[in-house]
Amino acid sequence: MTESAAWAILFLPLAAFLLNGLLIRPFLGPQSPLAGYVTIAAIGGAFLLSLWALQQVVSGHGEIGWASHSWVIVGGLDVRVGILMDPLTAIMLVVVTGVSLAVQVYSVGYMHGDRGYVRYYAYMSLFTASMVGLVLASSVLQMFVFWELVGLSSYLLIGFWHHRPSAARAAVKAFVVTRLGDLGFLIAILYLFFHQGAFSAEGLNALEVRDVYTAVGAGLLGSTAVTWLAIGFFAGAVGKSAQFPLHVWLPDAMEGPTPVSALIHAATMVAAGVFLVARMFPVFEASDAAMNLVAVTGGITAVLAATMAITANDIKRVVAYSTISQLGYMMLALGVGAYGAAMFHLFNHAFFKALLFLGAGSVNHAAGTFDMRFMGGLRRVQPWTYALFLVGALSLAGVFPLAGFWSKDEILAEAFHEGSVVALLVFLLALAAAFMTAFYIFRALFLTFHGTYRGGVERKADDAANPDTETTLAADEAEFVAAHDTHRAGESPWSMVVPMAALGVLAVVSGFVANAPFALPGIAAHWFSEFLFPPGGHGEAPTFIAWVAALSMLLALAGIGLAWLVYGARSIAPEKLTIRPLYLLTVRKYYLDDLYERFLTGKVFYNWGAGLLEQFDHDFVDEVSEKIGGFSRSLGGIVSKLQTGRVQDYGFLFVFGAGVVLLVYLLR
Amino acid sequence: MIGLDHFLVLSGVLFSIGLYGALTRRNAIAVLMSVELLFNAVNVAVVAMARYTTPVALAAERLETLLTGQVFALFIVTVAAAEVALGLAIVIMMYRNTGSVYVTDANSMRR
Repeated sequence: MTESAAWAILFLPLAAFLLNGLLIRPFLGPQSPLAGYVTIAAIGGAFLLSLWALQQVVSGHGEIGWASHSWVIVGGLDVRVGILMDPLTAIMLVVVTGVSLAVQVYSVGYMHGDRGYVRYYAYMSLFTASMVGLVLASSVLQMFVFWELVGLSSYLLIGFWHHRPSAARAAVKAFVVTRLGDLGFLIAILYLFFHQGAFSAEGLNALEVRDVYTAVGAGLLGSTAVTWLAIGFFAGAVGKSAQFPLHVWLPDAMEGPTPVSALIHAATMVAAGVFLVARMFPVFEASDAAMNLVAVTGGITAVLAATMAITANDIKRVVAYSTISQLGYMMLALGVGAYGAAMFHLFNHAFFKALLFLGAGSVNHAAGTFDMRFMGGLRRVQPWTYALFLVGALSLAGVFPLAGFWSKDEILAEAFHEGSVVALLVFLLALAAAFMTAFYIFRALFLTFHGTYRGGVERKADDAANPDTETTLAADEAEFVAAHDTHRAGESPWSMVVPMAALGVLAVVSGFVANAPFALPGIAAHWFSEFLFPPGGHGEAPTFIAWVAALSMLLALAGIGLAWLVYGARSIAPEKLTIRPLYLLTVRKYYLDDLYERFLTGKVFYNWGAGLLEQFDHDFVDEVSEKIGGFSRSLGGIVSKLQTGRVQDYGFLFVFGAGVVLLVYLLR
Repeated sequence: MIGLDHFLVLSGVLFSIGLYGALTRRNAIAVLMSVELLFNAVNVAVVAMARYTTPVALAAERLETLLTGQVFALFIVTVAAAEVALGLAIVIMMYRNTGSVYVTDANSMRR
C-alpha cells in the first residue's frame, strides 16, 4: 500500500464534501439526489481502501512506517503531518468508514425529501473525513486539528434543523461542553511543546505521536509530568466521549437527524475520545494515578448513564444513555489496562449501536414519534425492523454468542484479573451496569414492539396539553419528520432496511469471528487480541474466566427477564418497582443539567464571575476613564468659549489682532 | 485742491463702515453688502495711489506700469462680482436649509 492510497482514505470523503458544498448545492439545487450517490461512492471507496489498509497491516504484522512531512517550521518548532498506520488506525478506519457507509445508504431513504438534502450529505462527508483524519494523524497537532473538525461537524449536524430553537441549543451545548474537555487536550499539547527541550536532546519531536511513545518509554518525562499529560488528554476524551461529568451534551445531541446520531454514537464523535486514550495509551500506562482516574470515571459513567436510560421515555434517549454507558465500559477497560478489550468493545459497539439507532429511526418512520409511551405492537407492522432491533438489543445486553457478549466479557474478565482495589471496584460497577443494560434495552424493545399500538404521533399531539407529560426534545424531530413522511405505519424503504441488515449481521458475528476462542478457517484464534496491542507491548490471548462469563450472562438474562415481566407480560406493575426519589433523580438527570445551567452558568458564571467583573468594570475602569474624559472636557469647556461658531466673532478677533500687531509695529 | 489724502480718508471711512457692517450685521445679505464696501474701499485706495504716486517720468518711458493700479482695481471688481454670485448662492442654500438668513443661526459646526 502506498502512502498516497492511505491519504486517499481521507481525501475521498473530503472531496465529496467539497463537491456537495461547492458544486452540487449551488448548481444542481439543494435537493439534488446526486449528493447522496457522490457521498456513498466516496465513502465506499474509502471503505475499500481501509479494508486494503487493514489487510496490509495484518499481513505486515504491525505498523506501516511512512516518514511524516514537514508542515510548519518556526524556530525550534517543527510541525509535521503524516500517516500513522498501525493496527489501531487500521481497525478504526474500517469501523469509521464501514459504519459511515451504512449510515449514508440509510440516509438516502431517511432524508428523502428534506429541504437540506445536499447540505446534509456535505456535512456527513465532512464528519467522516474529520474522523478519518483524526485516526490517521501521526502528530498530536494534526490530531487536534481533526479533533476540532469532528467537533465542528457534529455541531453542524446536531443543529442541522437549525430553524428549531431546541436543535440550535443542543448544537451549541454539544459544542461548548466538548470544548471544555478540548481545553485539557490543548494544555497537554502545550505541555509537550514546552518540554520540547527534553525531546530534541534525544533527536525526538515532541509533537510526533511515535516520539512521545519513545520518550515515555525511555522515561524522558518525570512521573508528575506524565500524569498531568495523561490527565490533559483524558479531559479531551471525557468531553468528546461524553464521560461523567461532561456527558450532558450527548442526550441533547438527539436533536439532529437520527442517522447523524447513529454516526455520532457508533463510529465518529464519541469513539474519538476512546481512540485518543488508546492512541496515547503508553502515556496513561506510565501513570497509575491517570489509569485509576480513567477506570473510575469509566465505571461511574457506565452505571450513572445506565440508570438514566432506565427511566427515559424517548427511545433515542434510551439508546443515547446506553452509548454513554458503553463508552464508560470502554474507558474503564482502558483504565484497568485492557487495551485490546476496550478497542474490541468499541469495534463491536459500533455495529450494534449503529443498528439500534437506525432501528429507532425506522420505528419513527412508522409511529411518527420517538416517545415509547405512544408506541407498542410495532413488530407486526415492521417485522424487519423488529428482528434487527432485537439482534442489536441482544448484542448490547451481552447475550452469548452475539458480538456484545465477547467484548463485554473480556472487559469484565480483565478488570477482575487485574486484581487491584480500583479494578475490583470498577468490576462491580461494570457488573451492575451489565444488568441495567439488559433491563433498559429490553424495556425499550417491549414498549416499542410488543403490546398494543398506543396511538403514535396523533396521541402524542393530544397529550401535549397534559402537563404531566414530560415532553422530550427529540419528539419535535419526530413530528418534523412525520410531516415530510410518506411511509407511515409500514416497513421502512429498502434503502433503510438493507444497511440495518448488514449491520445486524455484523452485530451477530463481529465478536465471535474477530476474536474467536479457537481457530476458524482463515482466522487464527484470538485474532483481534493478537493483532491489536498497545504500542511497545505485545499481543496476548485475552483472559477468560468461566464464572465471570457465566455471571455476566446470568445478569443479562435476569435483566431481560425482569424487563419481560414488567413491560412484556405486564405481570408486575412498573410502579411497584419504582423508588420514587430515585426515579425523580434519574428523570432529572441527577440534576446535573440544572447544576450546570442554573448554578454554574447562571449563578457562578453570570452572577458571581461576571457580576464581579462588572463591578470592577463599573467602579474602576469606567470611573478612571470618566475622570480622564471629564478633565479634558472641562479643559475644553474653557477653550470652547472662544469658539462661538460665528464668523463675525472670528472676524472681530482677527481685526482686533491685526490692530494690535499694527499698534506694536507703530509704537516700537 | 483734492489730494491723495482725501482719497485715502474716504477709503478709510468706507473700509471702517464695511468692517463694522460685516462684523455686526446678523443678516447675511447685509454682511455680503458690507464685504462689497470693503472691496470698494480698497479699490478707491488702489486707484488713488496709482494716480498720485506713479512717477511721471517713469510713466512716460514705460507706459505699461502707468495703469497698474487701475487694472488691478478692475480685477478686484470682477473677482468681487464672482464672490457676490457665490455668496448669494450660499445665502440661498442657507435659507433653504435653515429657514433663516441670519448668520447667528448658522452655527451647526459649534456642536
